[in-house]
Amino acid sequence: MRPDAPRRTDPRTFAVTALSLAGRTALPLAVGAYAILDEGRASDLVTYFLPLVFVLIGINLLVAYLRWTRLTYTVGEEDIRVESGLLSRAARSVPFERIQDVSLEQKLLARVFGLVEVRFETGAGGGDDLKLAYLSENEGERLRETVRARREGVGEEPVAADAAQSSVETRVLFEMSPRRIVTFGLFEFSLAAVAVIGGAAQQFDFLLPFDIWDVDLWQDRLAGSGHWLTGLGPWMQAVGIALAILSLGVLGFGTGLVRTVLREWDFRLERTDKGLRRRGLLTRTDLVMPVHRVQALKIGTGILRRRFGWYSLKVVSLASDSGSANHDAAPFAQMREIEPIVRENGFELPSTNTDWRRGSKRYRVDRYLLGLALLAGISLAGLATGQFAMALPVAFLAACLLGFYEFFRWRWDCHAIDQLQVYSRHGWLAPSLSIGSRVKLQSVEIRRGPLARIRGYADLILGLAGGRLRMRGLPAGQARALSDDLLESMAQLDFSETMERSGSSTSTPREITPAIHSTPGVA
Amino acid sequence: MDGEEDLTPLDPAYKSMLRLQSGIVALVLLIGATVGEVLIPGWTGIFWIPVLAFAAWLLIRMPMRRYAARGYSLVEGRLRVVRGVLFHSDTVVPFGRVQHIDVDQGPLERAFGLATLTVHTAGTHNASVSLPGLTHADAMAMREDIRAALRHKAP
Repeated sequence: MRPDAPRRTDPRTFAVTALSLAGRTALPLAVGAYAILDEGRASDLVTYFLPLVFVLIGINLLVAYLRWTRLTYTVGEEDIRVESGLLSRAARSVPFERIQDVSLEQKLLARVFGLVEVRFETGAGGGDDLKLAYLSENEGERLRETVRARREGVGEEPVAADAAQSSVETRVLFEMSPRRIVTFGLFEFSLAAVAVIGGAAQQFDFLLPFDIWDVDLWQDRLAGSGHWLTGLGPWMQAVGIALAILSLGVLGFGTGLVRTVLREWDFRLERTDKGLRRRGLLTRTDLVMPVHRVQALKIGTGILRRRFGWYSLKVVSLASDSGSANHDAAPFAQMREIEPIVRENGFELPSTNTDWRRGSKRYRVDRYLLGLALLAGISLAGLATGQFAMALPVAFLAACLLGFYEFFRWRWDCHAIDQLQVYSRHGWLAPSLSIGSRVKLQSVEIRRGPLARIRGYADLILGLAGGRLRMRGLPAGQARALSDDLLESMAQLDFSETMERSGSSTSTPREITPAIHSTPGVA
Repeated sequence: MDGEEDLTPLDPAYKSMLRLQSGIVALVLLIGATVGEVLIPGWTGIFWIPVLAFAAWLLIRMPMRRYAARGYSLVEGRLRVVRGVLFHSDTVVPFGRVQHIDVDQGPLERAFGLATLTVHTAGTHNASVSLPGLTHADAMAMREDIRAALRHKAP
């Protein structure tokens, strides 16, 4: 057989599919047969049921056969192609350069027949890999060898290079002392726990021997039978309320503290020859993130902790051994501690001369107007039901807050690009900063809704392995210019190269500013 | 604006295919309306008139607008796919970011000699970008172009 002729999968595939089909239909058939036999007429079974069963099995087998005849694969000079489909036709082409690994899988039935399922793993984001079921073991082995041989012609295996350096050099990049963890825990004050307990107290107050919301009762209890405090009525009410708030506060801090300690005790981030390694008390998984697979970084913070200079650093990567693509690299750190970690990943924090740009004013105005329209609807409904007091002041307050919110979002949301990286800053009171490497972007999309088109703004969405970078409400021209600029730099490197280089290759060290504090220079 | 004038329009047969698809929807709606008319006698037209108007829009206006909103370009080593009447999107995938390529034909597409080209990227967003409404030959040729460019660029 010529190597380049289209081939079919192994004929025994047909047997495996038929058998597994039989396995799946056995139970329904048995149930059906039992139902008929239960009626007590065996003749019905023969006249109606059995022919039906045979027809169904026949159709299934026919379809399986036709599918088998229509599925062909071709090992070409540059790619593997698979064509399939009975009524609809699907043709897939996977270039050799893109195949990262070929896995051979044997399930029980396939094993009996000596067949394998061959899976060609590429980096495709949808987890939508090419599969060939089933081939003979020899054919599977041959395909694997072919792909490896072709790949070697293309470039050496990055994995092999990693394995060669067996020197175990480990450096601690970041760790948290007990004191740091306690501080962290205090900032993790959990309003949710307070709400849950408070709600439960209200819901289940009939279970309590007294009414906790009854201030007079508290007063009685605190004052004792002597009533010597009753004269201090208003004072005692204040004390009661303060006590309630205090206990809820202690609860909130307590749960935050316990949760944090459980999660983060002994957290450390190490640099090994294989990449970054992360360990913690409950995250015993010992996650290893190869540095060249880090796609982007995210620096986040909280409303309060930001005032004290505490930030968190997350790494967006394609670590294959875990489901989520966001990994905590430093959950609670000062900017000066984050900076070296960022650099270790081959990224840079924005420098002082980063050219920050804001989104479109019109976008924020439109959002505000839409919000107002919604509020107007709610307050009209309030007026209709006669709740004037609730409808007007609350709506007015909400309108003011919304205005502030949109203004500050306009003021603080900004983005920038420089030679190697793209930055997006997002949020007002608890801002987050995403840093992506320009060459590691996968796609660029400009999206515009009906309003956006009339008013001339657009969203820019950058596809990223393991996440995305979104910049909302940019002036349309700016979005277009950014997209062109980014596409230009993306075209300089092929995907296979981007997976082997770390971050955005480091340039000359630049002056570092705390990324999030820096006021955006208006553009 | 937006450089959309240099986009290639899709194959005109795609318009007919969209029309056939809306025809099927319109037919189902009309059957529903007829059932409604029969069940509620005396109000002739209460279902038929709105449904007929909607069906006319579905058959005449909608395919034109959708067809006009779509386009693609395949220059400078990038695949650009533009789509959407109300919500407009403009996606660009450089050839160097393509993981693998599909050319699919559904039953209707086969009848019209059309195909859908889908490129898969490693991104989580836009993991696959598909471009419907190409003639099958065009889709195959584009696949070869993209693959050849990919091969060329790899070290």
